[in-house]
Amino acid sequence: MSSQEYLKAERSAPWREELRKAIKNKERTSMTRVEMNSQDPEVRSRNYEEVNLGLTAEQAIAEAHRCIDCVNPTCISGCPVEINIPKFIKNIERNEFLEAAKVLKEASALPAVCGRVCPQERQCESQCFYVQKLNKPAIAIGHLERFAADFERESGNIAIPETDPANGIKIAVIGSGPSGLSFAGDMAKKGFDVTVYEALHELGGVLRYGIPEFRLPNEIVDTEIDVLAKMGVKFMTNCIIGKTILHEDLLAEGYQGIFVGSGAGLPHFMHIPGENLNGVMSCNEYLTRINLMDAANPESDTPVYMGKKVAVIGGGNTAMDAVRTARRLGAEKAMIVYRRSEEEMPARLEEIHHGKEEGIVFLTLHNPLKYEGDERGRVQRMLLQRMELGEPDSSGRKRPIAIEGDTVWVEVDQVIVSVGVSPNPLIPATFPGLEITDRGTIVVNSDTMQSAQHEIYAGGDIVRGGATVILAMGDGRKAAKAMAEDLLSKSRA
Amino acid sequence: MNKIVGKEYLSEKVVKLEVEAPLIAKSRRAGHFVIVRVGKKGERVPYTIASSDIKKGTITLVIQIVGKSSQKVGNLEVGDYITDLVGPLGKATHIDNFGTVVCAGGGVGVAPMLPIIEAMSKAGNKVIAVLAARTKELVILEDEVKKYASEIIIMTDDGSYGEKGLITEGIEKVIQREKVDLCLTIGPAIMMKFVSILTKKYDIPTIASLNTIMVDGTGMCGACRVTVGGKTKFVCVDGPEFDAHQVDFDEMLMRLKAYN
Ligand SMILES: Cc1cc2nc3c(=O)[nH]c(=O)nc-3n(C[C@H](O)[C@H](O)[C@H](O)COP(=O)(O)OP(=O)(O)OC[C@H]3O[C@@H](n4cnc5c(N)ncnc54)[C@H](O)[C@@H]3O)c2cc1C
Ligand SMILES: Cc1cc2nc3c(=O)[nH]c(=O)nc-3n(C[C@H](O)[C@H](O)[C@H](O)COP(=O)(O)OP(=O)(O)OC[C@H]3O[C@@H](n4cnc5c(N)ncnc54)[C@H](O)[C@@H]3O)c2cc1C
Ligand code: SF4
Ligand code: SF4
Ligand code: FES
Repeated sequence: MSSQEYLKAERSAPWREELRKAIKNKERTSMTRVEMNSQDPEVRSRNYEEVNLGLTAEQAIAEAHRCIDCVNPTCISGCPVEINIPKFIKNIERNEFLEAAKVLKEASALPAVCGRVCPQERQCESQCFYVQKLNKPAIAIGHLERFAADFERESGNIAIPETDPANGIKIAVIGSGPSGLSFAGDMAKKGFDVTVYEALHELGGVLRYGIPEFRLPNEIVDTEIDVLAKMGVKFMTNCIIGKTILHEDLLAEGYQGIFVGSGAGLPHFMHIPGENLNGVMSCNEYLTRINLMDAANPESDTPVYMGKKVAVIGGGNTAMDAVRTARRLGAEKAMIVYRRSEEEMPARLEEIHHGKEEGIVFLTLHNPLKYEGDERGRVQRMLLQRMELGEPDSSGRKRPIAIEGDTVWVEVDQVIVSVGVSPNPLIPATFPGLEITDRGTIVVNSDTMQSAQHEIYAGGDIVRGGATVILAMGDGRKAAKAMAEDLLSKSRA
Repeated sequence: MNKIVGKEYLSEKVVKLEVEAPLIAKSRRAGHFVIVRVGKKGERVPYTIASSDIKKGTITLVIQIVGKSSQKVGNLEVGDYITDLVGPLGKATHIDNFGTVVCAGGGVGVAPMLPIIEAMSKAGNKVIAVLAARTKELVILEDEVKKYASEIIIMTDDGSYGEKGLITEGIEKVIQREKVDLCLTIGPAIMMKFVSILTKKYDIPTIASLNTIMVDGTGMCGACRVTVGGKTKFVCVDGPEFDAHQVDFDEMLMRLKAYN
């Protein structure tokens, strides 16, 4: 059965027909989209609690009613892992929340995470019938996904997926970010003996050290990892593959498959004067110190410097997380400095919107030229170049052009540089037989995620050079499917 | 979690710890370091691997107690566990037969120098060790160094042991006496800066092992960045050893004060 036919068959399940009949489409489409409750901006910009409060059951059911259970659910084509969106939403409508969570888990290993951090407005929701045909706000797919996943977690009835009988084949996973975790989960389900190696002292990759608590509470990541542990996945922190354990050691220990999910953790700097002054740091350093080492707590051994006038350079999710963190740590003026206009910002719409509510200053069409410090070498001010937009460049975004002679000095006492990352070079540099692009990413077959070295598969940012949680996760799943088929067919032969 | 199996005080403020870490013991080379974290709220701090015992599966760290983090490590006793230990990190020292090599170690810099002295001497070099400390009690690992160095010159600021004077005076004497092919220096940044100025004058290739502030030690944060030959480098992955004559020591000294 093709996936189209499968969707059709499910759609014609009696309970769904009944729901469709119960309320007319016209009535459904005249309802208004729910608003997610969130903490008051004044209050939340001084605490670290999650900003979004989630939907209540009443809100979720009401929103689920809006979805018309399309014959051709275009929303699914916008989701990189093709969650059966109408099926989970209709389960919410009929009050079967645990069932809805099960539907999510068929396609996504981390629904509570994706419901929170997916750029929905560019993925599933952008393809929703409401947007495409009615010019109305999309069904709040992300909010509903989060609701169902949270409901399952909070109910204490988390389903531990069934695993096939152990097949004794050892698999190593490098990195515990979303790609590695989803790969590990799928392989464990298929009966493989999986060990995840993580360089840092905590698991979760960017979900842990990058995305802050106010957007993705650690508890949620912990729960997901706990489920994997219960499925038999082993975790080893403080272990750097390529340093602590080499490629040949893994082979010698009998690992038959290796999945590389080592991410894109190498921060870029702009290489402009004054960038090495004290108080200028990479976004990774700033967020890692706070999220991984409790540096926002003045009681910790090495509290991070908490600036009063903080500039964050960049316009992505990372920049938005840093600037909102700075605000929470007491910055009176927390600024985004971005060389294009707000329209081109890669950050999620919701984060930009939340940032504005929290009093973040947006210096768009500005680009730093240099920093100057005081006599002790601490950054004091920055010189910004004003920009305007020209013709679209190769990325399709309008090219920023300097307005000759139009510069401005702005006082700062902390600068956080968030202008992109490159793939971690360690695995490409130490694993033999890989094909590496000039951007430092690992080349794989996009159907199987297999690299040029037959036992090595890779996915997530190490392949894409900086993408999203859901894409990383999708890669992990794809790799697991292909690797399992390959290894199992060999072991049967 | 890694267990402490041996502890010894080399001086009042310098402890030697032997730690169980079989994987690291096996894969480490001279010049590599580890990152250590003590307690759930602790900072991640780098320490050089002074030696290792593959059979026992242990590595040795020599730690000078200066601030809060090193105090926490120093307080650990035999049988205690280090919360987190990761490594080996950094690039290994380039070992070759250079000829005559001066190894200039200041203070606790002697500890990371020890495995280099051993490896250099085993590679056929004539190794002259110049060790410097403020005062007699702070001279460490003299006997261990003697095992591999063909000559050892000790300099103390107050003249309480060896000769009175700075490390640079000790090095300069050697340079004036014989041909030196390579100089290696490890110690406080300010000391390495002056060693570098001296050897530049004599045109002697010099390698300095830099001890910047670090967080992850894997190239992820940039906290450890220094300027070498006008370019930004990350000490944890591009180093810790660099051509001393290219290092911007003044910037490094400034950055070391970031949290003071
Ligand atoms: C601050 C921030 C905010 C973001 N916000 C969003 C968002 O809102 N929505 C969204 O979709 N995406 C967001 N992203 C992007 C998203 O997080 C990444 O695309 C995703 O995490 C990539 O997953 P990954 O599995 O490839 O690797 P990562 O999550 O980067 O994990 C890689 C892991 O591998 C470990 N590792 C690396 N090398 C080794 C080695 N040699 N041995 C052992 N372990 C190793 C690393 O320590 C790390 O833990 C954000 C990213 C950042 C930094
Ligand atoms: C490659 C390398 C090898 C080294 N090898 C050795 C060795 O073999 N033996 C040895 O004794 N030392 C070694 N060091 C130095 C060692 O890592 C520590 O810097 C030293 O022990 C000082 O620790 P402390 O007790 O002063 O730390 P603390 O004062 O507790 O500080 C710990 C680290 O964090 C920084 N820091 C302080 N306050 C803050 C804050 N508020 N926020 C953020 N960061 C802060 C410090 O500069 C320091 O680097 C090495 C350093 C490097 C880089
Ligand atoms: S995983 Fe992301 S893209 Fe897919 S349905 Fe959920 S929110 Fe949308
Ligand atoms: S496109 Fe929109 S309305 Fe149609 S099924 Fe998907 S979510 Fe529901
Ligand atoms: S310590 Fe983080 S990049 Fe070197």
